[in-house]
Amino acid sequence: MDLSFVAIQALSGLASASSLFITACGLTLVFGVTRIVNFAHGSLYMVGAFTAATLVPWLLEFSFGPVSFWAGILLSAMIVGLLGVVIEVLLLRRIYGAPELFQLLATFGVVLVLQDLVVQVFGPQDILGPRAPGLRAPVEILGRRFPSYELVLIAAGPVVLGAVWWLLRRTRFGILVRAATQDRDMVAALGVNQALLFTGTLFLGAFLAGLGGALQIPRVAANTGMDLSIIAECFVVTVVGGMGSVPGAFLAALIIGQLQAFGILIFPKSTLIVVFLLMALVLAVRPSGFFGRPEILASGHAVGIVSRRPTPYGRMLAAIVLACLAALPLLGDAYLLKVATEILVFALFAFSLQLLIGVGGLVSFGHAAFFGLGAYGSALAVRWLGAPMEAALPAGLVLSGLGAALIGAFVVRLSGIYLAMMTLAAAQILYAVAFQWVEVTGGDNGIVGIWPSAWAAPRDAYYWLTLILTAATVFVLTRVIDSPFGYTLRAARDSESRAEAIGIAVRQQRWLAFVLAGAAAGIAGSLYAFSRGSVDPSLLGIPTSVDALTMLLLGGIQTIAGPLVGSAVLHTMRDQVMPVTALWRLVLGSSIIAMVLIFPRGLVGTIRYWREDRA
Amino acid sequence: MSPLLDVHELSASYGRAQVLFDISLQVQPGEVVALIGRNGAGKTTTLKAIMGLVSARADRLTFKGQSIVGRPTYGIARLGLGYVPEDRRIFTDLTVAENLEVGRQAQRGGRSPWDLTRLFALFPNLAEMRGRRGGHMSGGEQQMLAIARTLMGNPEAILLDEPSEGIAPVIVQTMAQAVRAMKAEGVAVLLSEQNWAFAAAIADRTCVIERGSVRFQGTTADFLKDEALRTETLGV
Ligand SMILES: Nc1ncnc2c1ncn2[C@@H]1O[C@H](COP(=O)(O)OP(=O)(O)OP(=O)(O)O)[C@@H](O)[C@H]1O
Ligand SMILES: [Mg+2]
Repeated sequence: MDLSFVAIQALSGLASASSLFITACGLTLVFGVTRIVNFAHGSLYMVGAFTAATLVPWLLEFSFGPVSFWAGILLSAMIVGLLGVVIEVLLLRRIYGAPELFQLLATFGVVLVLQDLVVQVFGPQDILGPRAPGLRAPVEILGRRFPSYELVLIAAGPVVLGAVWWLLRRTRFGILVRAATQDRDMVAALGVNQALLFTGTLFLGAFLAGLGGALQIPRVAANTGMDLSIIAECFVVTVVGGMGSVPGAFLAALIIGQLQAFGILIFPKSTLIVVFLLMALVLAVRPSGFFGRPEILASGHAVGIVSRRPTPYGRMLAAIVLACLAALPLLGDAYLLKVATEILVFALFAFSLQLLIGVGGLVSFGHAAFFGLGAYGSALAVRWLGAPMEAALPAGLVLSGLGAALIGAFVVRLSGIYLAMMTLAAAQILYAVAFQWVEVTGGDNGIVGIWPSAWAAPRDAYYWLTLILTAATVFVLTRVIDSPFGYTLRAARDSESRAEAIGIAVRQQRWLAFVLAGAAAGIAGSLYAFSRGSVDPSLLGIPTSVDALTMLLLGGIQTIAGPLVGSAVLHTMRDQVMPVTALWRLVLGSSIIAMVLIFPRGLVGTIRYWREDRA
Repeated sequence: MSPLLDVHELSASYGRAQVLFDISLQVQPGEVVALIGRNGAGKTTTLKAIMGLVSARADRLTFKGQSIVGRPTYGIARLGLGYVPEDRRIFTDLTVAENLEVGRQAQRGGRSPWDLTRLFALFPNLAEMRGRRGGHMSGGEQQMLAIARTLMGNPEAILLDEPSEGIAPVIVQTMAQAVRAMKAEGVAVLLSEQNWAFAAAIADRTCVIERGSVRFQGTTADFLKDEALRTETLGV
């Protein structure tokens, strides 16, 4: 490793840092003012890349030269800025006061909608943009060739930092934005129209996302996977830097850029892991990042199960439903049984999340981690140890339980939005491991040939097995929810400081909740692996986590039966809608948004509300 | 003369608990009205309800003859109604000059506008700490800044919530001077206070509220005379 090599690595690290900062800066600005973590920020970045990759060649054909190129880049960023304005006016403005879980879900709905819209508008292929005129020849640095476009990128980061600094410090808009970051009501009482301020901020944030994406076109082809990969990195940057802090984001991006550049030499495949490990480390020492402030997180918007008394009526209903479910194989419809098995699996998955969110108030955005660990635990046991199903199912449980114990240990130190980001990051690490550790996990293809033992192989037998395990786990979890442990969790959810004051070891209790919920999700994952016969990294992905959240939301976050009903409804819907339209994500995304806006209690919650209202 | 601020049968609740019951009061242009009451009487809630910061119902709620019921808070402030909250709510990250900038609004009517020079003359302490962050100021300094910030909006009336609370006696004097200076400029003031001595020295009229209802309304002089009422409502 000679000096010139180190220099080149460092420079390319700086170039990625710049790109990352430009995008993440927009996310952190928007969060600072609106208090919304905009999941769709990565989608705006993707739209920026697609727009530029389409627009710039067109402009270059018109008149070839650097002016066309850079004008195209800026124009693309402006277009994305306007898209941000549309999102603010139509959606964000309606959810500023909503619990953060709803905000995250609604903006994730936008992610889904944009995924389908991008394919509709730009087509499904990746689009590689043109190289920048005038910057095609590499420059020589210490005897090595280095792309000159990267040098421009390196400069772009500090330029954006300077521009944003100037805007925030030296203009009236910036002063108002900073004031609103701290106290929105007071700003309004001084005669400032916040709506305009927020719309302006969204324009700026989306503009930066679009710019970040547009600047990538000579380096990487615009593709439909960009949104989720960049948003995960942006989350890391903003969390490490401190949510809402622009200089923090800059510092974090610099560090992460270098980690990626040199981490590649140590772990050639797993730069993502190095990055997330940094995040875990920083948050362990500074729970609100480099320059973040704890007080802005104390929103205390927990939504959850209030109190419930088991009624004989409810118990009877549960017994009837269980009996009907047990009798389902009598219908002799193989397809129905397959679907029903999957519904049960996801019901269990969503129910385990209910323990964290509804009872503990811990908004986990990475619950797929435990589902996937359960599935991979079983699959690895079958693949590498030749274990039969009877041994592989517990193996999944153990792996997910251990994973939850480890992740939980980091996560319970955090709260609110940081907790959501951290759980998401943890799931992304596991996703990266499953994806990149090809020798063991089979990478993208996953592991196949995970079949149940002979006695459980028939569809109806496996269905019954799933039913028994699901019902038993749900039963145990409801007992946990109604136990003193469940009450302490709820107390801590409603007021952490008060719970601590009466002597509850909040972190310890939450950690235990993580282990329980993780293990239960692991059972679901294992059952799922054996029902499909295979596992792949998508089980650990963000969409899987969001599925569980959607089921919770659909059924009703404040109810016990909610996740079970939600799973049934979502799965049935998917089963019916997917075959007839290519725009499933558009449908799902719009439904999530609609639910947050008009139906936040969910199905079961709404029914109960009507009943109580009449009573 | 029609009142500048006209509140008629204003009621407000937090959730299910009603805390204001048909409050009626008027403020004439250029007048200082004291809103007096014990802890929890509903003074702050009255001011917040007028500003649209808590949801409220009113038979009539007008400022300069325009109804402000259901208007967004910023719109009410733009009409020329200033608000200084009891906890001051200085933007702690912003400097003194920046705090004042947030409050700046275009001048209204024919009155000479409040600008930095005049405000610094009124509050000399602030002049020396223009570049200081709001978070690094004492309670009294923050109170001055809060008032100055609202004056930057050139209001025609100010709702001033307990300016003398938790402040050294010397600074209370400055506050009294400031209120008089505002009055001299023709700015009307609705002043919520528990500190009766402070209010009595500057208020033209007094409105006493008790458990969310108006108990007395009249000139300060009349209230001063009625010792029985004063002892009963304020214990002074
Ligand atoms: N956010 C709130 N939620 C519920 N109740 C509230 C809230 N704020 C005030 N209250 C109640 O409303 C009543 C009136 O409160 P308010 O703050 O208006 O009184 P105040 O006269 O300003 O008192 P103080 O002199 O202590 O400032 C009190 O009983 C108080 O407990
Ligand atoms: Mg008060």
